[in-house]
Amino acid sequence: MSQKNRLSGGLIDRSQSLSFTFDGRKYTGHPGDTLASALLANGVRLMGRSFKYHRPRGPLCAGSEEPNALVELRDDARQEPNTRATTAELFDGLSANSQNRWPSLAFDALGINDKFSSFLSAGFYYKTFMWPAAFWEKLYEPMIRRAAGLGSLSMEADPDAYDRGSLYADLLIIGAGPAGLAAALTAGRAGARVILADEDFHMGGRLNAETFPLDDAPAQDWIAATLAELKSLPNVRLMTRTTVLGAFDHGVYGALERVADHLPQPKAHQPRQILWRIQTKRALLCAGATERSIGFENNDRPGIMLAGALRAYANRWAATPAQRVAIFTNNDDGHRGAVDLIAKGVQVTAVIDPRPDAPRIADCELLAGAQVINTQGRLGLSFAELRLSDGSMRIMECGAIGVSGGWNPNVHLTCHQGAKPVWNDEIAAFVPAANTPPGLSIAGAAAGVLSTHGALRTGAEAAAQALEDLGMCASPAPTPTAEDAPIRLSPFWYVAEGKGRAWLDQQNDVTVKDVKLAHQEGFRSVEHLKRYTTLGMATDQGKTANMGGLAVMAEMTGKSIPETGPTMFRPPYTPVAMAAWAGRSRDADFRPTRRSPSHDWAAEQGAVFVEVGQWLRAQWFPQPGEDHWRASVDREVLAVRAGVGVCDVTTLGKIDVQGADAATFLNRIYCNGFAKLAVGKTRYGLMLREDGMAMDDGTAARLAEDHFVVTTTTANAVAVFRHMEFARQCLWPELDVQLISTTEAWAQYAVAGPNSRALLERIVDEGVDISNEAFPFMACGEITICGGLRARLFRISFSGELAYEIAVPTRYGDALMRRLMELGQDLGVTPYGTEALGVLRIEKGHAAGNELNGQTTAANLGLGRMVSSKKDSIGAVLSRREGLSLPDDKRLIGLKPVDAANPLLAGSHLFDQGTEAVAANDQGWVTSVAYSPHMGSSIALAFLKRGDARLGEVIRVVNPLGGSDIEAEIVSPHFIDPEGDRLRA
Amino acid sequence: MLIPHPLLGPRDSAEFTYLGDASLIARPDGMSDGADEAFYDYLYLRDNPAGIHRELWFHEQGDRSWLVVTRNTLTHEILGAELARDVAMAQRNTPEAKA
Repeated sequence: MSQKNRLSGGLIDRSQSLSFTFDGRKYTGHPGDTLASALLANGVRLMGRSFKYHRPRGPLCAGSEEPNALVELRDDARQEPNTRATTAELFDGLSANSQNRWPSLAFDALGINDKFSSFLSAGFYYKTFMWPAAFWEKLYEPMIRRAAGLGSLSMEADPDAYDRGSLYADLLIIGAGPAGLAAALTAGRAGARVILADEDFHMGGRLNAETFPLDDAPAQDWIAATLAELKSLPNVRLMTRTTVLGAFDHGVYGALERVADHLPQPKAHQPRQILWRIQTKRALLCAGATERSIGFENNDRPGIMLAGALRAYANRWAATPAQRVAIFTNNDDGHRGAVDLIAKGVQVTAVIDPRPDAPRIADCELLAGAQVINTQGRLGLSFAELRLSDGSMRIMECGAIGVSGGWNPNVHLTCHQGAKPVWNDEIAAFVPAANTPPGLSIAGAAAGVLSTHGALRTGAEAAAQALEDLGMCASPAPTPTAEDAPIRLSPFWYVAEGKGRAWLDQQNDVTVKDVKLAHQEGFRSVEHLKRYTTLGMATDQGKTANMGGLAVMAEMTGKSIPETGPTMFRPPYTPVAMAAWAGRSRDADFRPTRRSPSHDWAAEQGAVFVEVGQWLRAQWFPQPGEDHWRASVDREVLAVRAGVGVCDVTTLGKIDVQGADAATFLNRIYCNGFAKLAVGKTRYGLMLREDGMAMDDGTAARLAEDHFVVTTTTANAVAVFRHMEFARQCLWPELDVQLISTTEAWAQYAVAGPNSRALLERIVDEGVDISNEAFPFMACGEITICGGLRARLFRISFSGELAYEIAVPTRYGDALMRRLMELGQDLGVTPYGTEALGVLRIEKGHAAGNELNGQTTAANLGLGRMVSSKKDSIGAVLSRREGLSLPDDKRLIGLKPVDAANPLLAGSHLFDQGTEAVAANDQGWVTSVAYSPHMGSSIALAFLKRGDARLGEVIRVVNPLGGSDIEAEIVSPHFIDPEGDRLRA
Repeated sequence: MLIPHPLLGPRDSAEFTYLGDASLIARPDGMSDGADEAFYDYLYLRDNPAGIHRELWFHEQGDRSWLVVTRNTLTHEILGAELARDVAMAQRNTPEAKA
């Protein structure tokens, strides 16, 4: 296929040809091309279908502000939807497809939507799909989603890696056009740490698209010399293909570097993209300006584009959408397109300028005082209908129109911290406000300085000023002589003639008519207008659209444009793939995985693991022949009750508390008393939040007068430590106490069951007496085991059996588990997992996370008497408030089904017999359930109103979701050994 | 956001967890008369200023210092950061606190 619309010159490398496909057809282009420029050179104007009406569309722009030419790039797992053809760099073998069309781009069945446009106007969805409500999810939404859409996902995992990184700078320069380059020279020569970032792959900005000389030589000469000097400076980092996407607090900027998007696939070990966090002392926005269109009937046909884009394609990419083009402009700058195109040998049929006094700039017909009132053409522009200054009409054959309504400074980043841009009459556009993010200054077209000379000068000056603010010495780099034309423009937003199907927002299909309808229906505030019509709400954030919409609304309301006001710009400046936000935090690396010291051993045993926060814990240990988890768990539970079991409890939080005031400190942290706990003893402790609700529980063991070891639940380990540090530093800084988390320093195992002492006696060193007399229930101590290994032993029990917890330095954890298993074989030693742990604690009636859920008090838990009134502790005062001590308050009770065959379900609610199961009659709910091998039935813990006074009653246990409604007896939550004889054996 | 840690210099706010109003330092005495009213006030009645706010941040991914950070809630400008321990000790030593 020949490149029939390829012109001469341009910044493309004609020595190489690249072949690529679009919708399966093969084309060729050159290095330096974008997908859009290569397609235009090949005579392809039609690149997509619009979002709502499925109108045929071609590129409107030549940069990242493009609303129309969105395509799917690549195939299979690398397929990427909604990519702008105007920024996609061409590479050999690139495969691109159009989207939002069926069966083909040229014939799209849903193009019928356009015929029904009068029904699909603004607010259509709100008005039409109101009822019946049930139809929404099943019918309307899927239908709308299919019809109105963008690209599709491959539904395969992204095979590429994405990174995140941090950079630091004295001055971040955003945009490498004339202003940015002059700024970088100034700051780079002064020795400042400079980052110059530009979203394009070729630095130079608008200079690349224009033909103006600098110092009477081609601008590319100056760019090349400037870049060469900047590259030679070690303090300057040049970042192409890098979009600065947001300005955040305290000089933090986000930037996306597309490292490998221009390659068929990333090289080995190369990330596809990097999301940078740039911390900079000063930033300079040199982001240029975006041209805006003019609304006229059918102004969205392929071939109609912005005048600046038209000449960018011609000058930079040596491509034109057609061989016969017209220009429609309200300003002098637009005429330059005609000059440049004529120089490239393209036939310019006329420059149409609504200003009666329009100057003659290009060597072609000038139609001053004329307007384009409509266009014709199927799948692309063929004819323009003109209204001339004398009122007559003329039909003009042309394949492209370059439209210019003026230029809008790219103020986006200046608004990211809430500043609203201000109106500038001279250029009829919004310019940055004074209250931009601290440390950010603006130069060049972004500041409303629209000439090349002005950009170079303000860039250099702003960089020097920024460095001066930092106490560095810099003088503005000398600027080359450059074009310095004044801005001459008469605001002209849309052509009044016609039905109003004049497009403002081409990506979201919003027309002049829609804005007028919004006004008519009362959606006049700019934020209402935006949401009602979806103006500016597409992925381009209305970069080319918003001003037109504002202008139409301003005219309708009779207010000025600044009174109508700009909408808010928010980060990111251009869309960022989810993968880039995620970086390496995906799949197994989404968060850290913490493994307990016995993990490898448990894996060897075939343990089934469960995630508990970041931890992986053994849930149960299946044995041959056990085909159901219950079989394994029942066996483990019975082994603990009858022999001895070992469970890894390392994940419980451990906090070392030391200092002369350690006991005083714990006495204030726990609601129960700790001041008088003897050395060598352990005590159960309940922590309250200051509002009186239970926060966490655990044990505190006093190893020495000034040394305690506190345990927390696994889930609250971090929060409790934070809370204790708060109390230590903020509430009682005068206390002599120090804290450190030792959760990962000690491997800790529960050794539980009647044979636990016998097992431990086999590992403790000679002279360590762990008999019941020497080491009774709740004793603790530092001992040695296995011939000198230091260990901590606690005689505490979660299971209700004779039990210990033994801790050794983590690196010995694996060996200790293996030793216990080896030495305990004849005692029937059995490893047990979290599931059996849960059954054992429910049988014993110990509260855990299900009961300590932040909504329960000590009284609810049956621990009300633990809250000491003889001392001040966190939460004690408010735990006594009226609302937490009502007579029918809930109490923790046990439940067992009247018919042992009936299972109890967690989450069930409790109702008195003979009452209806409705919320008004609710008596409480079931928190934890288990099958108890000891009881031979399902058992439960539950909160029940006045539960402690109702033991022996039968109550209804109703689970409407599970469809069960059974009777259960209210019993003590201590199903096993309520007197505690086993514990003390 | 950067928090000027009094011991460690400027640190990224992502290293911190946020608690809230620094008035939480002034915990009432739970054994005094009228403690319930004092705690109700302490825990639930907070100012929500548009402007300068003193608040508690915990350097959880750092040195575990609790800081009192003075921040403008409108602009996110940070005017200073002190060790909460120092603030608490200073409050203890004022005549009002002793009274």
